[in-house]
Parts: sequence; C-alpha cells; structure tokens
Amino acid sequence: MKAEESLKTTGAPNLDELRAAGMLPSVADFGNRGCVCIECIEEIPCNPCETSCPQGALTVGDPITNLPVIDRAKCTLCGLCIPACPGLAITIKSVQGDRARIRFPWEYLPLPVAGQEAEMVDRSGEVVCLGRILAIGNPPRNNRTAVVTAEFPEEFVEEVISIRRNHGKI
Amino acid sequence: MSDSRLAESARIEQHAILGKLEDTDEVTVYFEGAPLKARAGEPIMSALIAAGVRVFRYTKKGSPRRIFCGIGRCTDCVMMVDGIPGVRTCVTEVRDGMKVERQHGVGNWKAETEIADGH
Amino acid sequence: MGTEKKPAIVIGAGPAGLCAAIELKKAGAPVILMDENSKPGGQLFKQIHKFFGSREHKAGVRGFEIGKELLAESLSLGIDVRLKTEVVGIEKGLRVWAVEDRSRSYTIDAAALILATGATENALSFPGWTLPGVMTAGCAQTLINVHRVLPGKKVLMIGSGNVGVIVAYQLMQAGAEVVAVIEALPRLGGYGVHTAKVRRAGVPFRSATTIVRAEGAESVERAIVAKVDANFKLIPGTEEVLDVDTICLAVGLTPSIELSCLAGCEQIFVPELGGNMPLHDEYMRSSVESVYTVGDIAGVEEASTAMEEGRLAGIHAAWSMGCMDEAIMREKTEETMGRLLSLRQGVFGQKRFAAKKRIVEKGALR
Repeated sequence: MKAEESLKTTGAPNLDELRAAGMLPSVADFGNRGCVCIECIEEIPCNPCETSCPQGALTVGDPITNLPVIDRAKCTLCGLCIPACPGLAITIKSVQGDRARIRFPWEYLPLPVAGQEAEMVDRSGEVVCLGRILAIGNPPRNNRTAVVTAEFPEEFVEEVISIRRNHGKI
Repeated sequence: MSDSRLAESARIEQHAILGKLEDTDEVTVYFEGAPLKARAGEPIMSALIAAGVRVFRYTKKGSPRRIFCGIGRCTDCVMMVDGIPGVRTCVTEVRDGMKVERQHGVGNWKAETEIADGH
Repeated sequence: MGTEKKPAIVIGAGPAGLCAAIELKKAGAPVILMDENSKPGGQLFKQIHKFFGSREHKAGVRGFEIGKELLAESLSLGIDVRLKTEVVGIEKGLRVWAVEDRSRSYTIDAAALILATGATENALSFPGWTLPGVMTAGCAQTLINVHRVLPGKKVLMIGSGNVGVIVAYQLMQAGAEVVAVIEALPRLGGYGVHTAKVRRAGVPFRSATTIVRAEGAESVERAIVAKVDANFKLIPGTEEVLDVDTICLAVGLTPSIELSCLAGCEQIFVPELGGNMPLHDEYMRSSVESVYTVGDIAGVEEASTAMEEGRLAGIHAAWSMGCMDEAIMREKTEETMGRLLSLRQGVFGQKRFAAKKRIVEKGALR
C-alpha cells in the first residue's frame, strides 16, 4: 500500500485517500442504522479491532498487517472496537433526518460533559459546526479511552471526526 | 542572580491516562538558599522545574543551561549539590535539607566549607 | 569447572533485559539482572499509549502496564535484580566489573552475558540549541509521564517519526500546547494513525521544514523555522517565527554500544536501525562467545521487538548453560521468531526486516 499525499504531508488523510482505501462509508451506510468508520489506511502489524469484536464483524486475518474489513451485516454497532483501536482510528457515525451522530474516542482532560455544546472538528482540527454532547462513557474495560457521543448537523457527517481540544487548558 | 518563576506550579495534578497525582511525603530542598517543596523519591530536576526554575547552571562562557536528555547520559543538567559540583540532577533523588546551587563552569569544591551541616 | 555454577548476567532491565532474565529464570538457570537506574523498566514506564501488534504482543495494553506485568513476573520468579548498578568493565572469560550505588565495586564471572543497554536519543545542533527549554522528546516524555511535571507550555516538536508524534500527543494530554511538528523530509515519518490523532487536535505538521535557530535571553522564547529544498538547503524568504518556550528534538536514536565494544563485539553500520551496532546471528549471539545483544542496542526498533529478542537470547543462553532441553529450545525459539517476524511486516516493518536480515547474514558467516 503506497503512502498517500495528504496523510504523509499534512498528517491527516483526506476524503479521497479514505475512499481509495475503502474506508469512507457511503451516505446509505450512514443512514441505514449507522456504521463503523475505520480510518486505518496503512499496513501496520495490528489487530486489536478484530479481537475486540464479539460478532466477528471485523477481519484482519493473517498477516496482521492487513487492513481491517468490516462485515456490516454482522456489525451490531456495539462500539467495543472504538476504545480497542490503539490508533484511535475508529468512530461510529449515523444520520437520522437532518442530524448526524458520532461516537468517538477521547483521551484528554477535561472530559466532555453530557448536554454541553461542542465544537465539531474535521480531520485538520478545524471547527466546521457546532454540536451537542449526548453521552460519555469510560468504563474500566475501555482502559482509560473514553467514548463520547455527539450530535451535529448531518451535512457535516463526512468531515466531522471529533470535538475541539482546548489547547493548554486542563 | 534573579530568576523569573512561573506563576503556578508545573505539576500535572490530573491526567486522562495516569489519573490523579498520588500524594507522597514532602521534602524541602534549598535552591540558591530558598526552600522549595519537593516530592520524596523524585529527582532534583523535576522538583526545580515544577517550581519554575529556568536555568540550572552557566557555562564558563556564561551560557545558561537546564536539561537535555533527562536520563543521565548527557550531563547538561549538572549542578552543585551539597557542595559537590557536577551532580546530574536528572538521576539524583532529592533529600530533605539538600542544598542545590547553580554552578558556573565546572563549579568548585570551595563552597563545601561555606555550607553549614544541613544533614 | 562447571558452567552451570556461573550465572548468566543480563545488563539492562528494560523490556529486552527483563524478558531475557525471565526466560532464563523460568528455565532454572542462575541469572542476575543489573540496571544503572534506581527503577527497572527502561523506557517502558514512559509509554502511556496502547501498543500495536496482536494479542500475543500485548496489543491494546499500555506500555507502562506491560512494564508492571514484567516487573511483577520477575519479582514473583525471584530474579536477583540489582539496581543502581553500573557495569564498567567486561573482560575475557566473561568477567563483569560492576559498581553498585556509586560506592562499592565487585566482579562476577558469568557463564553468559546478555547486553540490553538500549539506545540514546540523538542531538540536533542549531544556534540556540543549548538554551534552557531545548530537550529531547524522550526527556519531555520522562518529565510528563514519570515525574508529572510540564517542561513548558508551548512546544515545537522537531521530527515526525513515531517518537515525535507520540510525544506530541502526550504533551497535549499533559496540558501543553503543541504549536507545530516540523519534519525536514518531504513526507512525515510516523504512522498515519498517530499523525492523524495529533492533526485532529489542530496541530499543524510542516514537512520539508527545519529549525533555523532558537532565541531567548535565558531560555527559549521563540523558534525560527524555514522550508528546505530537496537537498535540505534553506529556502530564502520562508522563515517563520514560532512563539514557543520548549523545543523537543525527536531526531532518532543511536544504540548505546559502549559495553559491546568493551566486550570486543564486532560492530556493523546499519543506518536504518540507528548507526553502529554489534553484529548478531538469529539467536542474538554476538561475535564474542556467550555474549548476546538484544533490544535497541542491536538495532533501534520497538518495545515489542525488544521483548522478543530478549526472549530469544534468554532461551538460547539457558540451553547453552545446560538448563533447557534442545527440543524445547527449538520449539520456543521457533515460536518467538514467528512473533518477531510478524512485527517486522508491512510498509514500516519491512525496512527493519531487511536491515535485520543483512545483520544476521553477516553475523552467521563468522
């Protein structure tokens, strides 16, 4: 797998690179029940996503450098893969009407609080829209990787990847 | 030599992965005569940085220095400790009553006679 | 003179050394583990991120947790661990000269020696590099994750390899702001998932960019960076001032080979793995009888490869000391080599695999 331009110069993959690696879900995937998005486009030896899935919906196989493949029919959107990925590359997104939702990993303080307004960012950390934190979970099995659920306007569903990190503030 | 200190301590009290900073016994270290609180078991380096000390020593030509490798291999962090020059502060644990001073160049041993027995 | 009476001595209690000592002890071989620091674990306890690999590589487990597990295992096995112990000499017949707590020195005759002394971070010199506030990335990592102290508030990270990018992320977790990550090459070096994490926090990556100088009266107050061309020459007119108080250097590591040189090990120059390093064969044996080299000293890779190399040497040394059946040695060696191989695959791993292959081919010929 050859290294890609945006990822290897700006640090983040762009939508074309994700699409080329088969890692950009379609609009239909988002609207169905929602879907797992894995932004892992380089072949590195790594497979905790596969072992974390109780449904066997994620396959890496052998060699473990294979990119993960998602069987959407088996996926129940339980979200266990989100904190399992050491690269924090997995989110779950869905669209219902004019609102989108994202469940994403978070390892900074302060932890977001349910109900608070959120600045939704794209892969370059730019705020693209406002949203709202719906929930946050950090059970012991996550090993300190919290999973945050936020909702925001659906037209930004492809761009949004996280919320803004407050620089320099704990 | 005056030193500008950071307004607040640089200690990381809370951390998403490491949790709350555990309490330890407190020891008092004297930096250029002024008492500083340090955590028992930590190296001199982190006690000074937590207190906002920016310069650890000056070279013979007057260049300010602080730390570089942090694990005892480069000797950038050396200071006079209890009258002994050239002590690597990144791998030397604090001790209650310890006297830490900036050294100039390679430092000297003369100061040992000027230091009251603080042990 | 039975060699079973002499112990194996492992020098360096990081992941490679701990795993070597554990294999030896489990096989019933006498073993002493020495480390110059007051705490074992090498660089493991600074690693607060989740490791990659597979379940058998402890993927998903944070580095410091792996460190705790290894330590607990070594304690429960009752391994003789000697901390604050610096090895200052190695003579023929494998006589090791150790200085304990900078005050007491003694020698021990070893049946086997496993050198696991790791690597040292490289320096990058530029005008102002000696100012307080300039430090290696690992130094910043030690301060924030081990000592829980921030080195500064606004950081420039130089170097976009995994060390630079991971430490940039951890600096943000500690509450600092990373103003930029610069990289002299035209492409970033670290894993895409690591750089993506940092980028989504809003940190700019600047490839083909280098530092011109650091400025400040008594400590870093700003950094001047500029773009470079394909020959690393500064491009005039591209200078930019960054408001920072800390500059971290993540420009590679070099194996700490001093003890292997003292022991007389033949060295090989391998730029992809950090520079000069002792030659070794597929069992991690150096060119000197009964001396093994494992972990970063044998080529800078990762903690996971260090652990497997340590195991390889521990298993082989235990067998050579008569403490393990040949059949068991072969089985364990094959398993360990299989795990090691899977870590050296993929777009990042294959370069390391090729480099290690070159070393072992030369090492086996002697």
